[in-house]
Amino acid sequence: MEWETVIGLEIHAQLNTVSKIFSGAPTAYGAEPNRQACAVDLGMPGVLPVLNQGAVEKAVMLGLAIDAEITPRSVFARKNYFYPDLPKGYQISQYELPIVARGHLDIELEDGTIKRIGVTRAHLEEDAGKSLHEGFESMTGIDLNRAGTPLIEIVSEPELRSAKEAVAYMKKLHSLVRYLDICDGNMQEGSFRCDANVSIRPKGQTEFGTRAELKNLNSFRFVERAINHEIERQIDVIEGGGSVVQETRLYDPDRDETRSMRTKEEANDYRYFPDPDLLPVVVDTAFVNQMREKLPELPDAKRARFVEQYGLSDYDAGVLTAAREMGDFYEAVAAGCGAPKLAANWVMGEFSAAMNRSEVELADAPVNAEGLAGLLARIQDETISGKIAKEVFEAMWNGEGDADAVIEAKGLKQITDTGAIDAIIDEVMANNPQQLEQYRGGKDKLFGFFVGQVMKATQGKANPAQVNERLKAKLDG
Amino acid sequence: MSQETLSGWVRKLQAREISSRELTRLYLDRIERLDPQLNSFITVTAESALAQAEAADARLANGEQTPLLGVPVAQKDIFCTEGVRTSCGSRMLDPFVSPYNATVVERMNAAGAVMLGKTNMDEFAMGSSNETSFYGPVRNPWDTERVPGGSSGGSAAAVGARLVPGATGTDTGGSIRQPAAFCGITGLKPTYGRVSRYGMIAFASSLDQGGPMAVTAEDCGLMLNAMAGFDERDSTSVERPAEDFTAGLNQDLTGLRIGLPKEFFGEGLDEKVRGVIDAAVEVLKGRGAEIREVSLPNSHLSVPAYYVVAPAECSSNLARFDGVRYGHRCDNPEDLMDLYTRSRGEGFGDEVKRRIMVGTYVLSAGYYDAYYLKAQKVRRIIADDFRNAFEDVDVLLGPTTPELPFALGAKADPVSMYLSDIYTIAANLAGLPAMSLPAGEIDGLPVGLQLIGNYFDEARLLGVAHQYQQETDWHTRVPAAFA
Repeated sequence: MEWETVIGLEIHAQLNTVSKIFSGAPTAYGAEPNRQACAVDLGMPGVLPVLNQGAVEKAVMLGLAIDAEITPRSVFARKNYFYPDLPKGYQISQYELPIVARGHLDIELEDGTIKRIGVTRAHLEEDAGKSLHEGFESMTGIDLNRAGTPLIEIVSEPELRSAKEAVAYMKKLHSLVRYLDICDGNMQEGSFRCDANVSIRPKGQTEFGTRAELKNLNSFRFVERAINHEIERQIDVIEGGGSVVQETRLYDPDRDETRSMRTKEEANDYRYFPDPDLLPVVVDTAFVNQMREKLPELPDAKRARFVEQYGLSDYDAGVLTAAREMGDFYEAVAAGCGAPKLAANWVMGEFSAAMNRSEVELADAPVNAEGLAGLLARIQDETISGKIAKEVFEAMWNGEGDADAVIEAKGLKQITDTGAIDAIIDEVMANNPQQLEQYRGGKDKLFGFFVGQVMKATQGKANPAQVNERLKAKLDG
Repeated sequence: MSQETLSGWVRKLQAREISSRELTRLYLDRIERLDPQLNSFITVTAESALAQAEAADARLANGEQTPLLGVPVAQKDIFCTEGVRTSCGSRMLDPFVSPYNATVVERMNAAGAVMLGKTNMDEFAMGSSNETSFYGPVRNPWDTERVPGGSSGGSAAAVGARLVPGATGTDTGGSIRQPAAFCGITGLKPTYGRVSRYGMIAFASSLDQGGPMAVTAEDCGLMLNAMAGFDERDSTSVERPAEDFTAGLNQDLTGLRIGLPKEFFGEGLDEKVRGVIDAAVEVLKGRGAEIREVSLPNSHLSVPAYYVVAPAECSSNLARFDGVRYGHRCDNPEDLMDLYTRSRGEGFGDEVKRRIMVGTYVLSAGYYDAYYLKAQKVRRIIADDFRNAFEDVDVLLGPTTPELPFALGAKADPVSMYLSDIYTIAANLAGLPAMSLPAGEIDGLPVGLQLIGNYFDEARLLGVAHQYQQETDWHTRVPAAFA
């Protein structure tokens, strides 16, 4: 039987506010355990939550960016369950009236077509703390630094049909939250996390199959692997005569498998009710308009502009606009060297390769936009060839100075003096009489040999076009 | 000496007729001598009280005039007090020393008040007799075989016996007014949002409100001046310009329209209590008030709605007491579930457990609409009844409780205990200000008169009460054993 996969994603993005969603404690990551948790975060007796307006602003910006409805009066509710890292015994979340509803996100499929994925809702909530299981000898440590960090949970419609689509959606959203500067997107630190609801059904069937919820999908790679694994598991179960049970499954990246955490019967009844400690969140038109004005140029718009303005291919424009910083970097390089296509090739080519090799983020790269533009300008004005430029770039990356300094120090300036090139060609011809004879006897292929010898003699500095031209003239002459 | 009122002491302190240290000593001595009969204090903070008193004396010597400068008070043990045990009357919090001060405590400290200690209360404010306290029941100073009311029974008994001139209370369904009535003192539950709930351990967040308990309406006004005000740490606190709650005390009652809700005078009201209320109405008439009968047709729904909303909120509010971070933790837990069940099983008393279970039930999937949502609708209907009534009258008047203080152990059935608050609960559901003041005596036991005002009308309520207290002396009476 042919099966169709149905996937819906719930993505939790930590909002990068300075302080927590309901307290004044800082949200910075990595402090000593329990040093960034105030009385409110610790759930002390008598404390009360006060909403951080910054979190509301960021939620509204997200809503606008996905073309969603902004709820004029949204309500915080308590989600009640016991867990040691949940200090109050309830999580303050939104339930019946989320702040953002009915938006959408367009993703690009592998064949280049665009698919629109509905976003059911996005709601504000507080993060829980963390349970630490190592180093406490038969006990569990509780770190409440993360407790109260603002989250926005973005829930998609079950409209994704493959692990690849799920990843494309997640990447698109990841790019968007970073464009909006509402989330740092750091998946390793858990700032951007994903749960996936996965089910299968016979192709053509309209009703959904029973779903399993996959948790702990904290990288794009894990999302793809875990979903594919789960699809296979469900097919095996059904084709083996069994049926899928509704349950929560945890993905174990070390073993590359999912295993059951709890079934529907074991699921909590969260006893949601409106939090009496908080007033409804009222967002009026003026506030929404103010947030709309704060919106930056969004990825899709920027991509279209890059195609239009710089004459880039749609693919290149897509790569360069995937991250806001990369787009800004590219634009600075293009403007600095005056050659947009050359800039695109370099940013996506040598530069990105070097970042990957060195495992650095753009902000920490040893060559900045100005430096790279300076290098590309030397290609443009023919001071160096593209090939030599790679060597110069390598040196710049290693901290040996800007392009001009490296070219000067290493003597890499291109030889464009025809007389000098002629002299070298004469020498090469004189040193290789046998090859010269063979070439002149009709072995054209040897032309490359002579080019190589000349470039070798000049350590690659000779202007390649000139070498070609002069060599042709002399060999054939 | 101990007969003096809180406002009297303020004047004497300002006139330097007595020092705060002397005054503090006077009351600390009374507590030491007399409280064993009452059990109204859980913690007495003699040492820090004397230090506060000395600081107050220094400030008085400098001519400072903060509203409660040098005046001894007590805090209900539901208010968090930095460095001092804050038990909420529960074994669960017996080991808990708060790391911070409640806003009310902070404000009263800033006003110069001297805290003598923390008063006994029903566990987590759940009770109407003060019998649910982990620290044992409080006894009524008028008859120590009877209850002082609850949940602010410790504060009421302490003020009634003049162990302290004023104390804070909290009122979720009558917990200031009913014990004030039972102990023959004056107590005010302000409009919801007047007094910050920050640091006041939550029972039912949408109903809880802190307020003053003292001998006279004027005392309550002075205390409320210090307690009330917008607090950015409490999102439900109301932002309004500062108000002097004693400003209306001398307001003439001529033309004041007082409504008597007929539902408060029906079946279940002790005939003798009714007689006391009728007499009080005559006094107010004599001061120029107009009396009208009004109706609150849905008031019979108050108790059932309250016993859905309050337990629902409490079941969630008390979830934080899990033995993980503070408070009682069972010995040698085997695993997480054992830690939870034993810590909570041992830490909470029966009434608290009962309400947590009721609350959990009414919020459960499948029952939420039938109970919680319906109760919220009833709240709106009850608030509408009051809105209609206040179109015709300025103040509502009735008994605070249907009966006299009952004997310890007399109400073993929880439902009969719940009905003790039948006249007080509606004001909490609607969020209105309401107060109780002494209006008579039956068989040597005090009877309370309840006044309910429109939103933010505390000054008017206190004015009516003050005018009544100009004409009567019920509020000045002290039980013989504590005179």
